[in-house]
Parts: sequence; structure tokens; C-alpha cells
Amino acid sequence: MQFLIESGDVLLEGFLATLRMLALTVLLALPLGVVLAAMRISPVPSLRWVATGFTELLRNTPLTLVFFLLVFVVPRLGVVVDFQISAVIALTLYTAPFYAEAIRSGVNSVPVGQAEAARSVGLTFSQTARFVIIPQALRSVVPPLINVTIALTKNTSVAGGFLVFELFASSRRLANSYADETIAIFLAVAACYLLVTIPLGRIADRLEKKVAVMR
Amino acid sequence: MTSVLYDVPGPKARRRSLIASIATGLLLAGALAWVVATLAGEGLFDAERWDIFQDPLVWTALGNALLVTLQVAVIASVLAVIIGSVFAVLRLSASAVVRVPVTVVLEFFRGMPVLLMMFFILILFATSQYWAVVMGLALYNGAIIGEALRSGIVALPKGQREAGLALGLSPLKARLLIEFPQAFRAMTPIIVAQLVVLLKDSSLGYIVGLEELVRRQRTLAEFYGFSQYGFSFFVITLIAFLIVNLTLSWFARRLASRTPGGRAPRRAARAAIGESADTTVIRTAGAGGA
Repeated sequence: MQFLIESGDVLLEGFLATLRMLALTVLLALPLGVVLAAMRISPVPSLRWVATGFTELLRNTPLTLVFFLLVFVVPRLGVVVDFQISAVIALTLYTAPFYAEAIRSGVNSVPVGQAEAARSVGLTFSQTARFVIIPQALRSVVPPLINVTIALTKNTSVAGGFLVFELFASSRRLANSYADETIAIFLAVAACYLLVTIPLGRIADRLEKKVAVMR
Repeated sequence: MTSVLYDVPGPKARRRSLIASIATGLLLAGALAWVVATLAGEGLFDAERWDIFQDPLVWTALGNALLVTLQVAVIASVLAVIIGSVFAVLRLSASAVVRVPVTVVLEFFRGMPVLLMMFFILILFATSQYWAVVMGLALYNGAIIGEALRSGIVALPKGQREAGLALGLSPLKARLLIEFPQAFRAMTPIIVAQLVVLLKDSSLGYIVGLEELVRRQRTLAEFYGFSQYGFSFFVITLIAFLIVNLTLSWFARRLASRTPGGRAPRRAARAAIGESADTTVIRTAGAGGA
């Protein structure tokens, strides 16, 4: 436990850096995901194709390669930004399609009959969307969105391998300086991640059960 | 096509949609042209940046690294499915002495980054990078597969187990012979989707120092001159990953559309991975990994 007393601040700083990166990425990726989802369910085929292409491309590329592109390849092409920013961009590009897919499946989970009923009762398109579809879609969208966010939390650790200081990087640094306390360091760092992922998972589970009852 | 959101388009809407399509097409073509022109302006398509790929030795080096990536993924997949099956059965054990510790371990493995696990396996057990990556992937994905299988078992109709017990099977036998095979079948698409994630995650070996495809391409690019060949090697690697992953994803989707299964297991699958289980979405299980 020597390391906690002497270098607890390194751990704390890493944790805060991870949380900051997480928050920034959610703020950027969620709107992008909404746009992608809107494109994928829009009546215009070309928009659907573009969004689908983007989604497929990023879904099948390892996050490591996305990071590699932004951290090592892009700067050589003359676009030099701070590594922190590159990391957030990489995570955003990678996560947005997953958010989009969660939203899309939520909207698709609303039975067509709901909209048909709303239209036949005489609601306009915007009324149908506002009062009938979106309230139901939101409910089934939130748990998957949380699950994507949990995955994102874990994915922020990849940034630590690409010259960004965050929780994983801080664990590496600590493991170097306190070689005989690696188990304690491992447990402490893992606990930091679990502190975010487990509560989020609990919320998602609870919401999921609530939704199941509603339907 | 009927959708929840809009009616079947009439002639006017179709015309508007066509105009929008042409506009996006032009916009996209413009953007692509700009990117290509910029890259060409940087000289990235010059022969001198690609001449390296005439050398068969470069291809052999890349091919060997791709083999390492695939090998790691295959071994870890087999282990992950085995570990997942054991976890699933143990977590449903009637005795709390088994159930509680297994649940804690599962939650622990599931909630932390694979990368962290790989790194600490590497230093705690002083293994090679190869086994650190394999074991990290196997444990992490084993926990996730275990959770999926467990919810598959829970979602089965109660009568299945009761019928088994009524026939005189012991509780464990009923679990293994009646419930587990059904759950496994229902969860196969989820498991395969998770294995695609596992394959993608094997590239994390790059950070731990394993000579897999991503690291090898970097080593080669550095060796021949990163400023000259960095981009070319990256493009080749990206294409290699896309080919392998798209093939696997396609296979996962096919499997998902072919697997029969009651509503209950599907629903559980959705809960386990947190995604809708309709066939087009099965790929989203990928959100679970890096």
C-alpha cells in the first residue's frame, strides 16, 4: 500500500483524466450518433447508404488502428493536434456508430401499429413523433446507450497506449516504480474502472426491467 | 416499405428524395475527391511510397504477423467459450459457496478494460506477451460469454428443467444435458458476435508489445522509413483487418438469421449484450470490446 500513500495523486490524476476523456467523448459521440441514426432511418436512400457505410467501416476496424491513424499517421500528413484531442476524436469516431445503432434499434422496436394508430386518429406527423413514437423509443434506447457508454469507459484505456496520460497509463507508471506492489496497484486501478462501469450497468439493468414490464 | 416514422412516399416525395440523393452523392463525391487530391498532393500515391510492396519479404512479414493475430484470436476464442460455459453453470449453482465468488469474479472481469488485464497478466505472471494477450482475451470474453449463456439458461421455460428433474436427472445433469445445450444454441449468434469483438481486440497486443499485425506493420514502416511508408503500411493493414472482420461479421449475421429460437432466449440475448437482437443489429454486440 506504499504506492497509495506516496503516489496516490498519480492514480487520482489518471482517474480524473479518464473521466474527462469519457465525458468529452460522450458529449461529441452522442450527437454524432443521433445524426447517424437519423440518416439510417431517413426516407432518403442515399443518406441511409452513407451512414451504413460509415458504420460498417468503423465497426470492423479495431480501435487500435483508429488510434494509430489519428496519433501517428495523420500528424505526418501535416495536421498536428494535441494527443489528448486526437484520442477524443478517435474514441468519438469509433463510438458514434455504436450509439447510432442503439438509437436505431430503439426506434425500430416501436411497433408500426403505434404510428398507424396515431395517424389514423388524425395526429399529424410531428404529433405522432412527439407524443407516440419518441416517448416509447426513448425508453428502449436508454439501456443500450448506457451499455455503449460502459464499453466506451473501458475503451478509453486504449488511449493510454498512445501517449495519452489516463488511468491505464498511470497504472503502468505506478507498476514501474513499485514493482513489488503490482497486485495492489492492479486492484486499485481495476476498482477505479469498476467504480464507473458497475453502477452504470446496474442502472441499465434496472431500466431494462422497467421497460420489460411496460411492454 | 412501411416505417414507423413515415408513410410510403408518393411521387412528390420520391422526387424530393431523388434530389436529396443526388445532392448527397455530389457532396460525398466532392469530399472524396478533396481527400484524394489532398493525399495525392502530399504525394501519398507516388510510386516511391508503394514500391516496397514489390518485395515478397514484406508480404511474408505481414502475412506471418496476420497469422499471429488469427492464432491468438482462435486460441483465445476456444478458451473463452470454455471459460464462459463453466462460468455460466457455476454462476447458477444452487450453493451460495460457489455462486457468490463466481459472480464477484465475473463482475470483476467484465467491468474492467481487457487491456488492463493483459498488462497485469504480463507483469504478474511474467508470461510472454503472446500468452498475456491470449489469457486476457480469454478471461474477459469468457466472462461476457458466460453472462450471455447464463441469461440464456434463465430465459428458458421452467418446464424444461422441471421435466428433466421429474425424469430423475440430478439438478446438475438437468442443467448440463437439458438446459445448457438449448441456451448455447439460442446464444450462438451473440457468442459469434462476441468472437468478432475478440478478434478486433487482439490488436491490443500492439500496446502490450506482441508482434501482431498492427505492431509488425509499424515495425516495418519504421524500418523502411515511417515518413515515406507509414501511410502505405497503414492502408494495407486496414484493408487486411476489414477483409477478415467483414467476412466474420457476415458469417455472424448469417448465423443469426438462421438460428431458430424462442422469443425468450432472444430477449435474454438482448438483455445480456444490451442490444436489440434483430438480425441486422446482432453486430452491435461489438460495443462490448475495444
